[in-house]
Amino acid sequence: MSDDSSASAGMPGPAPDERPHPDGRRNAQGIRIDPEAEAEPDSRTAVVSALVEHEPGVLSRVSGLFSRRQFNIESLTVGPTTVEGHARITLVVEETDPGIDQVEKQLAKLKPVIQVGEIDDDAVQAELVLLKVRGDEPDKVHAITQMYDGQTLDAGPRTITVQITGDQDKIDDAVDAFAQFGIIEIARTGQTALARGDTPTTPGEEPGHDKSPATSSDEATDDQTSTTHEQ
Amino acid sequence: MSERAPPEVTDPDDADSPEAPTAESAEETTAADRTTPETGAESVVTALEQAGAKTLFGVQGGAIMPVYDALYDSALSHVTMAHEQGAAHAADAYGVVSGETGVCLATSGPGATNLVTGIADADMDSDAMLALTGQVPSAMVGSDAFQETDTTGVTAPITKHNYFAGDAETVGDTVGEAFALAAAGRPGPTLVDLPKDTTLDETDREPGPAETPETYSVREEPNSEQVESAARAIERAEKPLLLFGGGVVKGEACEEARNFATEHGIPVTTTMPAIGSFPEDHDLCLSWAGMHGTGYANMAITHTDCLIAIGTRFDDRLTGGVDTFAPEAEVVHVDIDPAEISKNVHADYPVVGDAGTAIEQVDAEMSRSPDTREWAQQCESWQEEYPLTYETPDDEPLKPQFVVEAFDEATEDDTIVTTGVGQHQMWAAQFWTYTEPRTWVSSHGLGTMGYGVPAAIGARLAADDDQQVVCFDGDGSFLMTMQELSVAVRENLDITVAVLNNEYIGMVRQWQDAFFEGRQMAADYQWCPEFDKLAEAFGALGISVDDYDEVADAVEEALNYDGPAVIDFHIDPTENVYPMVASGGANGKFALSEDQL
Repeated sequence: MSDDSSASAGMPGPAPDERPHPDGRRNAQGIRIDPEAEAEPDSRTAVVSALVEHEPGVLSRVSGLFSRRQFNIESLTVGPTTVEGHARITLVVEETDPGIDQVEKQLAKLKPVIQVGEIDDDAVQAELVLLKVRGDEPDKVHAITQMYDGQTLDAGPRTITVQITGDQDKIDDAVDAFAQFGIIEIARTGQTALARGDTPTTPGEEPGHDKSPATSSDEATDDQTSTTHEQ
Repeated sequence: MSERAPPEVTDPDDADSPEAPTAESAEETTAADRTTPETGAESVVTALEQAGAKTLFGVQGGAIMPVYDALYDSALSHVTMAHEQGAAHAADAYGVVSGETGVCLATSGPGATNLVTGIADADMDSDAMLALTGQVPSAMVGSDAFQETDTTGVTAPITKHNYFAGDAETVGDTVGEAFALAAAGRPGPTLVDLPKDTTLDETDREPGPAETPETYSVREEPNSEQVESAARAIERAEKPLLLFGGGVVKGEACEEARNFATEHGIPVTTTMPAIGSFPEDHDLCLSWAGMHGTGYANMAITHTDCLIAIGTRFDDRLTGGVDTFAPEAEVVHVDIDPAEISKNVHADYPVVGDAGTAIEQVDAEMSRSPDTREWAQQCESWQEEYPLTYETPDDEPLKPQFVVEAFDEATEDDTIVTTGVGQHQMWAAQFWTYTEPRTWVSSHGLGTMGYGVPAAIGARLAADDDQQVVCFDGDGSFLMTMQELSVAVRENLDITVAVLNNEYIGMVRQWQDAFFEGRQMAADYQWCPEFDKLAEAFGALGISVDDYDEVADAVEEALNYDGPAVIDFHIDPTENVYPMVASGGANGKFALSEDQL
């Protein structure tokens, strides 16, 4: 149709380049930056601990959140705590500082998530690895296993399976050391971690040992109540 | 926010006590006046009644039948929609207009999946909505049974939270919790999946009060240090600008926000979801900003030195490229959702809390107003420089903007406008002067074509009797959910649908012309039916308009018609939406015509 007249007629006002424009700008994270100096934050590895309700679907909600929001997840471990109905999820993520902040806040929004926090670098961290290596040189395998304070879980004529626990560097080193025998299979759990000393692992987390007697007495009361109802 | 009547609830344990009504006394009562539910389904309905739900939108089906059976005796009103997507949009719009939690329901499988678009829409726009879905019996879950879908799995990423209700004893509590959670803090959709055995099983347990779960904590009261820092930043600003987001409307903070702006003389721009939060005929109002927002709003955002953003998530349709968004501004960001702080745009001064409370506290903390005279004048001169306007030569085909203005003139200020998605949506937002909150009902974040007609139905049922409801739709958008017109006819709902028909999927055509060298692939909709005749086939009033001099009469006839009316406006097919910020571009570089893109 009349594409030159009506379609491009447009509106009044100065054209884009005839308008004043400020010099400032922001980076991809929306942070205002000095135009002279690039300020794209580097990513770093963070260990995030989330205390969650131990209910079906919680792991899929957490992992779904990570995939949907394109957070780069390195490892994820999960297991129950001493508090009835609670579990702890430990996540290792590789993100920029604003990204790590978002990970924590988005996790905290999930209904089954009770508390979230990033764990300091000095936290107690451990990972478990099972290694199945060729059994040709059992003495040497045993020696390496001992060097890494590991345990032999299975030894046969052709294969030896050992277990090593420790922080990520130790595990990486152990895996390198066992490589000389020929690693047949490997299974790693990913990092799990607790804050050092009296510091709660997630902010405001109550000590499990204080909680459990209270919980059990609550249960006792509930039991009594229900017993009364039944009578 | 939650001004629902407190549910009349007895201690759940009392239901077991001898004083509680016995099965004998409940035998002859109907669900409406019963005191104790007898099945899971009745518990669901009781929970909805207690939580304050009034109107449900849904479609019947196998797995949800027990709930519908329980509704048979309930005082809750139910509107059968033509399609589940319509049910979700109607419930969403009902919630937007009423400020309550909209409720929709559907059966398992296809019923549930048809709700998905409407749930995702509510999620993106932070609208409080509860979806109830039937599910195959628990024992068959996972067996790929007839009409089975993993509904909680499908909807997990698009709901605030969802529940698989596997127990008749607790299903009422779950529904109450889901209803409350939808509206708490930052609103959003929740879903309860109801296996058929759960709703059929017997229970005499009265649902508890509709309460949010313990693990969902909301900070209503902002931190006083944050308030103080924000107040200092605003005081020292030379070019402050208020940006109201949808949270101002949802948080019922419009009055506080208006007072703050006028008291301190700070110009106001809004996001699209916040249209109506600040009167667009006010001197300080720069209307809405973003991709098709006004030139003056986008100039103000580009030049402000202190952007006070309240209840917005800085969607990319608002910001354009983040690197060029409000490049000189310190950002004060008020939001009830801490995860929104610095998600897209870094907040120099975050304030986490309820919008109204935060505004009042910041205001109380401020010892002086910033001197905005020069800045306000600058904003005013931008309004003169970049007026929203269009050409209406007599020999041209009908311009859509003229139609929008004609409706605006012929209706009251509190008239509710719903829209589909496309060019018509932008014209409806640009050329109508909104002065009241909850009068603009549209699909923003998800951009769902077809939202308009079902939204008009939901809006009509939530609106006051004397409020008018006008739906602007495009030909493409109307085609997607026009079957809901049958519902409007059946219920004799007084709505007027104005189809701005350019026989194109117009926004796509505009982009093809601008960015794809005019290669108009699959944008041509000249195969559309005659919508006035279609309306008549449904039993509605149908009018067709081609020319300027027919507009006023048609508008009057449709508005005066007691029932649904459809006007098929044949508009200029070449008309485009301007101003326009190119996707990912700088707000201040908005184009005023195609050759500036």
